[in-house]
Amino acid sequence: MKLKKNIATSAEGFIFNPGTGDSFSTNPIGAEIISLLKEEKTPPMIIDTICAKYDIDPIQFERDLDDFKSQLVDSNILD
Amino acid sequence: MKKQAGDTADSEKKKIVIAVTALNAIDSPGPGVAVIRAIRECPDFDVRIIGLSYDALEPGLYMHDLVDKTYQVPYPSAGTDSLLARLLYIHEIEKIDLIIPNFDAELYNFIKLRDRLKKAGISTFLPDLEQFEARDKIKLYEFGQKHGLLVPADKVLYHAKDLKATAEVLGYPMVVKGKFYDAIIANTLEQAEKAFYKIQAKWGLPVIVQEFINGTEINIAALGDGEGNAISVIPMRKLYITDKGKAWAGITLDDASYIELARKFVKVTKWRGGCELEIMQTADGKPYIMEVNPRFPAWIYLTAAAGQNQPASLVRMALGQKVAPFKKYEIGKMFIRYAWDLITDITEFQSISGNGEHQDKKKVDSKVSLN
Repeated sequence: MKLKKNIATSAEGFIFNPGTGDSFSTNPIGAEIISLLKEEKTPPMIIDTICAKYDIDPIQFERDLDDFKSQLVDSNILD
Repeated sequence: MKKQAGDTADSEKKKIVIAVTALNAIDSPGPGVAVIRAIRECPDFDVRIIGLSYDALEPGLYMHDLVDKTYQVPYPSAGTDSLLARLLYIHEIEKIDLIIPNFDAELYNFIKLRDRLKKAGISTFLPDLEQFEARDKIKLYEFGQKHGLLVPADKVLYHAKDLKATAEVLGYPMVVKGKFYDAIIANTLEQAEKAFYKIQAKWGLPVIVQEFINGTEINIAALGDGEGNAISVIPMRKLYITDKGKAWAGITLDDASYIELARKFVKVTKWRGGCELEIMQTADGKPYIMEVNPRFPAWIYLTAAAGQNQPASLVRMALGQKVAPFKKYEIGKMFIRYAWDLITDITEFQSISGNGEHQDKKKVDSKVSLN
């Protein structure tokens, strides 16, 4: 789960793919995940970070992360 | 002083008279207004812009901050002799340094007149006839095969009865295209026949039937120096498309493969002047060249906004200056087109429609009385 090199993001959750011209907006949690991906964190590290910060079930979050990942793949954001 | 991309050896500011066509800034716009805007923004030269129009209602005629004076010119179908006579008449008054034609349909005549215009002291910066014809829609597939460029398979048809056999080769859907403009997607033989007759009625024969390529449309504006070097290449994706398929908004892209493709095109053709490559990028990343427009696109001002002023660079090269290729541009630079109602009065309209010349605004003093 690695972001493409040239993907531009903002703290507000705006994602721009300069290779395709597509842009997307995520909610604040999505923005945090993107920010962790930019730091080259792996999915287990992302799960640990988010679950430590918020009161959520890790299993549920793992499912949500998988779903988010497939959206990023469909949007051509990941390598 | 160190030479920078787009700079010339001699960047002295001087007054240049430039004649520009395609001032029809309408919903399917010609590039003229955008070309003028980009040239006027270049700080290196002071310009007087002469508009060359075909119709009295081309909006550019009435944009006095962009166009200094306008003259009507004969339609391309009138031939080169009447065009040359008109241009020489205008030249006598205006002392034109350079003409930038921007309509596909007029380019053939301007290319034919290139040497005679040069003799009269008017520069152009156009491809040779051979370069111009090689990328023609009718020959594009052959061109792609010759130079190892991906181009959809096609058939050039003169009779609707040949559609059935063509469909057996290309399959459905297929795209029925006019020799100058228009493209209709046909999913059945009936639809293909209907499209064939519609396009034949509008643009004449032949009609081109092309393999349908599914993908993302990318447009590339390129400027060649005529020696095989691409001075500038800017790829753009349309973000908003009108019902005529024209970009109403677009954004510059960062993809080295598009730059390479345009460089290859300019290199193999030794293209001189501006052009636009229409690309269809398939899901598996194959860039098909759908069309090559032999002039600047209507969105050309975006190249100036992104840091590679293609029209200004063309002016420099046309005037014999050496221009270094640009190396970078702003990615994510966007344009959003808009419609604006220009207000004028009947006096201005009668000036161009009655006299074939649109006076400098400050010189218009005769009024048409409606009382």
